Amino acid sequence: MRLIREFEEHCLEKALTGTIVGGIHPYIGQEAVAVGVSAHLRTDDVITSTHRGHGHVLAKGADPKRALAELYGASTGLNRGRGGSMHAADVGLGIYGANGIVGAGAPIAVGAAWAARRAGHDDRVAVAFFGDGALSQGVVLEAFNMAALWSLPVLFVCENNGYATSLPVDRGLAGDPVRRAAGFGLTAAAVDGMDVEAVAEAAGRAVAACRAGAGPHFLECATYRFHGHHTVEHLMGTKYRDDDEVAGARARDPLTRQRARLAPEAADAVDAEIAALIAEAEAFASSSPGSDPRDALDYLYAGTVPARPGA
Amino acid sequence: MPSLSYVAAVNRALRDEMARDERVCVLGEDVSQGITGLTKGLADVYGTGRVVDMPLSEQAFTSLATGAAIAGQRPVVEFQIPSLLYLVFEQIANQAHKFSLMTGGQASVPVTYLFPGSGSRSGMAGQHSDHPYSLLAHVGIKTAVPATPSDAYGLLLSAIREPDPVAVFAPTLLMGASEEIDDGDLEAVPLGSARVCREGTDVTVVAVGHLVPIALQVAAALAGEASIEVIDPRTVYPVDWETLGKSITRTGRLVVIDDSNRMCGFGSEIAATAVEEFGLTVPPVRLSRPDGAVIPYALNLDHALLPDAGGLVGAIRAVLR
Ligand SMILES: Cc1ncc(C[n+]2csc(CCOP(=O)(O)OP(=O)(O)O)c2C)c(N)n1
Repeated sequence: MRLIREFEEHCLEKALTGTIVGGIHPYIGQEAVAVGVSAHLRTDDVITSTHRGHGHVLAKGADPKRALAELYGASTGLNRGRGGSMHAADVGLGIYGANGIVGAGAPIAVGAAWAARRAGHDDRVAVAFFGDGALSQGVVLEAFNMAALWSLPVLFVCENNGYATSLPVDRGLAGDPVRRAAGFGLTAAAVDGMDVEAVAEAAGRAVAACRAGAGPHFLECATYRFHGHHTVEHLMGTKYRDDDEVAGARARDPLTRQRARLAPEAADAVDAEIAALIAEAEAFASSSPGSDPRDALDYLYAGTVPARPGA
Repeated sequence: MPSLSYVAAVNRALRDEMARDERVCVLGEDVSQGITGLTKGLADVYGTGRVVDMPLSEQAFTSLATGAAIAGQRPVVEFQIPSLLYLVFEQIANQAHKFSLMTGGQASVPVTYLFPGSGSRSGMAGQHSDHPYSLLAHVGIKTAVPATPSDAYGLLLSAIREPDPVAVFAPTLLMGASEEIDDGDLEAVPLGSARVCREGTDVTVVAVGHLVPIALQVAAALAGEASIEVIDPRTVYPVDWETLGKSITRTGRLVVIDDSNRMCGFGSEIAATAVEEFGLTVPPVRLSRPDGAVIPYALNLDHALLPDAGGLVGAIRAVLR
């Protein structure tokens, strides 16, 4: 959690000063979800993520140096500077990418789980992370249906942070997420997404059940993002949450809560280790070479197609 | 010589590739029954674990194929109606196609999309008569529109073996066609390779899909008037510019006939490139559906909007004048 928090604080600063172009969707406040779930995942498990993906990508094991380099558009980045914040991926680590389209990762995760079964890897799990807003996307519900129909080992993790951009969840979502998922035949539960131990316990049960062949699971994690939807939000002067609400959530900061459970020396050691990692990542990313504009369309195809220039 | 139908050729290609490569699987609606004919009997051989009937969830199963492909499978997805492409454009254009570049080449998405019954289905009206291959060419999806059974076989084979997403459109008006050919002569046809179907020196006619046999009939009928070269690009993306360019440069005259809507259609691209690069002696003529056409129900209205032999005769005479 500390890695995600520090990484994102660093990114916020770099997004506001323009080193990171396009801005970011900060995950700060929601770290317990990515960490609690990923604690149970192996390298050969697959995740699909969201536009708010840094936390998921780091928790699944991506190298923070290359993750930061990606945000700097460097050729040493996870995606060689072609993906940026919203598409950060490390396929070799089972990270099938953050995704700029709300809900789009859910059926891709179902496909990965289906493929794993076809290839005889029955105990491989696929996790689809998405927000409360994604529960209104048809494709997510289609994915629920298919996963349940074929009893696939998919864990759907809904990060209910209370808002889809500025839309409060009670104005965007009819009924209750857990009951909605249960209606498709998923084993569904809700958990306090601001408590990493609670998430880890619930996710541990769900992941183990998926591995054992019990079919798809759904976990609603009640969480909160401390910052705006996207880093341009403050420039727009948008305000849809009152200060008390944000302060109330900050009082339940998952990092503070977890720190209180650790011996102070252990927590301090983690902090020191992370500070060094971030410094190292910054040194790596800021000294990494960019890419040659003539190579902008490299990797468009795996097979060759002679592309004609546009101008 | 034995005769091979278009549908049987597609079926044969699927069967052969499934036999050759364990990772190839077929996903779609009613595929175990083979309702469209393309997948008939495959489930009997390969089982419903590889020929998988999907729930009516095009968006989810299109992206399921993406996830499965990244994870190492080689799915072929069949869509019962070509206009379903509009439903899954996000999943194909925005997810599958972009994955390789966005991830800096970490993985590719070897999925094949099969669109049988493409184009006017004579009386099926607005939502079942589109032939939307130009859309995919515009986006940069490798796209084949085979005009003969052996090309249907050969292009589908290449599509399945390709490491990127590839769409294959089977035109309605060809699905009943057959060809005299020995099974042993069937082979893979590389994507991006055009076929010179008839040689000629006065005019180049570029025709796509079911318009290829029509162009050949017209060329034969006009043989006394002009020597007409007929070229089938076979894939509308990528285009075999070399073969097209050689022919057009030699004849100096071009008619392109394709079943796209006119605005931003495939024919427009061929005409524009020919004007820019191939030294035409007279302006090219494009035959297509009208701008933004929606095919009406009444048959005479349906047919009135489609490019046809009569129009092609007029266009050839116009460029010869
Ligand atoms: C299909 C789609 N619709 C709209 C958008 C624009 N958009 C990006 S994020 C977002 C809100 C998503 O809310 P939620 O799923 O709750 O996730 P959160 O941002 O809260 O993490 C919207 C509307 C999009 N990217 N994709």
